Amino acid sequence: MDLSFVVIQALSGLASASALFVIASGLTIVFGVTRIVNFAHGSFYMLGAYMAVTIVPWLLQFDRSPTLFFVGVIASAMVVGILGVIMELVLLRRIYKVPELFQLLATFGVVLIVQDVVLKIWGPVDITGPRAPGMRHGIEILGQRFPAYEMFLIFVGPAVLGLLLLIMHKTRFGVLIRAATQDREMVGALGVNQAMLFTGTLFLGAFLAGLGGALQIPRLPANTGMDLSIITEAFVVTVIGGMGSVPGAFIAALIIKMLEAFGILIFPKITLVLVFLLMAVVLVVKPWGLLGKPEVASGRAVLPEGILNLKAFTRTEALVWIGLAAALLLVPVFGDTYKVKVGIEIMVFALAAFSLNLLIGNGGIVSFGHAAYFGVGAYAAGLLVTGPLKAPMELALVVAPVAGGLAAALFGYFIVRLSGIYLAMLTLAFAQITYAICFQWVEVTGGDNGVVGVWPSRWAASREVYFYVVAALSLTTILALRHLFYTPFGYTLRAARDSATRADAIGIDVKTHRWLAFIVAGAAAGLAGALYSFSKGSIDPTMISISMSIDFLMMILTGGIQTVMGPLVGTAVFHSVKDFFMPLTDFWRFFLGVSIIAIVLIFPKGIVGAIDSLRERMGRGPAPQPKPAGEAA
Amino acid sequence: MSAPSTTILETRGLAAAYGHAQVLFGVDVTLRAGEVVALMGRNGAGKSTTLKAIMGLVPANGGTVTFEGQNVTGWQPFRISRLGLGYVPEERRIFTDLTVYENLEVGRKAAAGAPGKEPWSLDRLFAIFPNLAEMKGRRASAMSGGEQQMLTIARTLMGNPHAVLLDEPSEGLAPVIVEQMADAVLAMKAQGIAVLLSEQNLYFASAVSDRAYVIEKGAIRYEGTTEDLEDNDEVREAYLSV
Ligand SMILES: Nc1ncnc2c1ncn2[C@@H]1O[C@H](COP(=O)(O)OP(=O)(O)OP(=O)(O)O)[C@@H](O)[C@H]1O
Ligand SMILES: [Mg+2]
Repeated sequence: MDLSFVVIQALSGLASASALFVIASGLTIVFGVTRIVNFAHGSFYMLGAYMAVTIVPWLLQFDRSPTLFFVGVIASAMVVGILGVIMELVLLRRIYKVPELFQLLATFGVVLIVQDVVLKIWGPVDITGPRAPGMRHGIEILGQRFPAYEMFLIFVGPAVLGLLLLIMHKTRFGVLIRAATQDREMVGALGVNQAMLFTGTLFLGAFLAGLGGALQIPRLPANTGMDLSIITEAFVVTVIGGMGSVPGAFIAALIIKMLEAFGILIFPKITLVLVFLLMAVVLVVKPWGLLGKPEVASGRAVLPEGILNLKAFTRTEALVWIGLAAALLLVPVFGDTYKVKVGIEIMVFALAAFSLNLLIGNGGIVSFGHAAYFGVGAYAAGLLVTGPLKAPMELALVVAPVAGGLAAALFGYFIVRLSGIYLAMLTLAFAQITYAICFQWVEVTGGDNGVVGVWPSRWAASREVYFYVVAALSLTTILALRHLFYTPFGYTLRAARDSATRADAIGIDVKTHRWLAFIVAGAAAGLAGALYSFSKGSIDPTMISISMSIDFLMMILTGGIQTVMGPLVGTAVFHSVKDFFMPLTDFWRFFLGVSIIAIVLIFPKGIVGAIDSLRERMGRGPAPQPKPAGEAA
Repeated sequence: MSAPSTTILETRGLAAAYGHAQVLFGVDVTLRAGEVVALMGRNGAGKSTTLKAIMGLVPANGGTVTFEGQNVTGWQPFRISRLGLGYVPEERRIFTDLTVYENLEVGRKAAAGAPGKEPWSLDRLFAIFPNLAEMKGRRASAMSGGEQQMLTIARTLMGNPHAVLLDEPSEGLAPVIVEQMADAVLAMKAQGIAVLLSEQNLYFASAVSDRAYVIEKGAIRYEGTTEDLEDNDEVREAYLSV
């Protein structure tokens, strides 16, 4: 390895760090002030790129000058900034007070909507942007050529950092942002209209995301996958740097990109794992990130208050559930192949969703990456039966939950050390890392295409028989998990959810309990993943994608997060609707996004929760919960 | 004692709760223009909650708050603040990442309503709080407790309030600083600012206030001049830790 190579590598690292910082700074500023982790930040980035590949070439027709190129870039960023303002006015303003889980979901709803809108406007084909006039050449450095545009990017990051620091320290708006980052309630009590402050902040944040996207066009064609690929990186940067800290984001972007630039020389395949290790270490040593501050008690919850109705089944309810189960089990007898397929999928997803609600509803552990354990189970099973071992399905169904549990044990070890939004981000980051490994490790996992030929053993090969295999395994596992809700273990988790400090104080080892719950849920999800892979006959990375995690969340949300059995109802409804409508429309994601937002805004208790409330109002069912007095107003 | 004049702030039957725990059960307090009134009571009696409920920081679930003739019940804190009601929290809630100057900047706003009065300037504030003048550029995290207490009051005054809610200004401060606090309250009064302060320290309260309320378990139990309160052993023993 000669010196010139090292230098070039370092310069590339700096250029990428710079670009990443521009984007992440916006995310961290918005979080600092609004306390909302904005998934749609990735969408703003993508929109910035699409705007730029539209606006910049148009401008360059008039004159191929660097000036017009940058005018176009800034204009694109401005447009995106305005979209940020619209998002604040239309959506965020309504959700500042709702639990964090709902905020995350609502902004993810925006991601889905933007994806379909972008597809509609710009189409599915990548759009290559123009190169920057005057910066198309290479610069000679120690005998190697380095692109001039990359050199330019190296200076953009520090320039943006400088400008942001100037705004933050020398303008009233910036001072207010910094004050609000620390204690926004007090800022309000001093007479500052937070609404204006938040709107301004969203403009700045979206502008920076759009700028980051627009600056990418000479290096990267605008494409429809940009949003989710950048958001994970931006999350990692803000988490490592400390959420809300602009200098922290700068340092973190530098560290990560340098680690990648040089890690690739030493361990070409595992730079991702390095980044993941770095994040895990930082968070264990400094849970608030490098330059972050512990969150001031914002008086706001991650979750709505936990499971409201824990009573055991009444006789009628038990009969209803038995009836439903019996009806389900009769599907292969009366239904066609299609219904059998949907029935299998519902049971599989019900298991995954149920295990997720053990974490969320019961444990207060908001996992945004449950697909990781589902996917690990699916891949473990799929690779076992198709790989050199050619193991039978039976073995795979034993190994998959173990694999899911082990992955959950590894990731969970770090995850349960955090709380609130940091915890949610870490679950998401781990899931994305798992996704990336399956996506990139082509030789083993088949990459994007996955692996086919994942079939059940011969005796279970018919759909009907396999249906009963799935039914036996998923229903017994669900019953076992449900039993956990009522054991001392389940009570302890709820105690820890309601007040971790208090539970700690009375001698409960909160972390270990949460860790165990995480492992159990991961194992159950792993089993679900394996069952799913055999029903599809293949594995592929979509099983680990963010969308899959969000689907699981939607299932429990549809059913009702504050109920025990709601996730099952939610899965049945959500999956049937999805399976029915998705083939009919090109705008499935759009509608899903709108539904997520609608649920968050109008219907946060889900179906079963709504039924419970209804019965409460009719004077039956569970004892009415005293309403928090403040809500009456 | 100044002659009673127009009412600037009034609560009637003010009730408030934290989640399921009802804390205030109908608090009636009146503050007249230019007056300093103490709200006395033991730890946990509901003093801070009363002030927060007036300010809209804790939602009222009963009763009304009237400021300068407007019913402000249920308003957002920033709107109440802009009408001219200042709030100084018990925990100070200084922006520790910001400098002293920047903290004052956050509080700066024009006076609402009747102009004419000279607005608070840094110079006038520094005349009352000379220590602050010397540490304008210092980060607030590097200030002593007493200095932070002065900053939190100065920050509120930057908003040119007509009345100020002052939550336990003397709490946890050294005696000389307590004296400076008393001077600051009297300086506000001299500017015509009405002050409603919560206090446990009867000496401090009687040094600065005209009247006093005693609150216990979220309801007013006594109302009178501070002199009368000092003479009333029964009330003091029942509701104030002596
Ligand atoms: N954020 C909160 N959540 C729940 N309960 C609270 C909260 N703040 C105060 N309380 C309760 O409300 C009651 C009144 O509290 P408050 O702070 O108003 O008392 P106080 O008179 O100001 O006491 P102190 O002299 O200690 O400041 C107390 O019982 C307290 O435990
Ligand atoms: Mg108090």
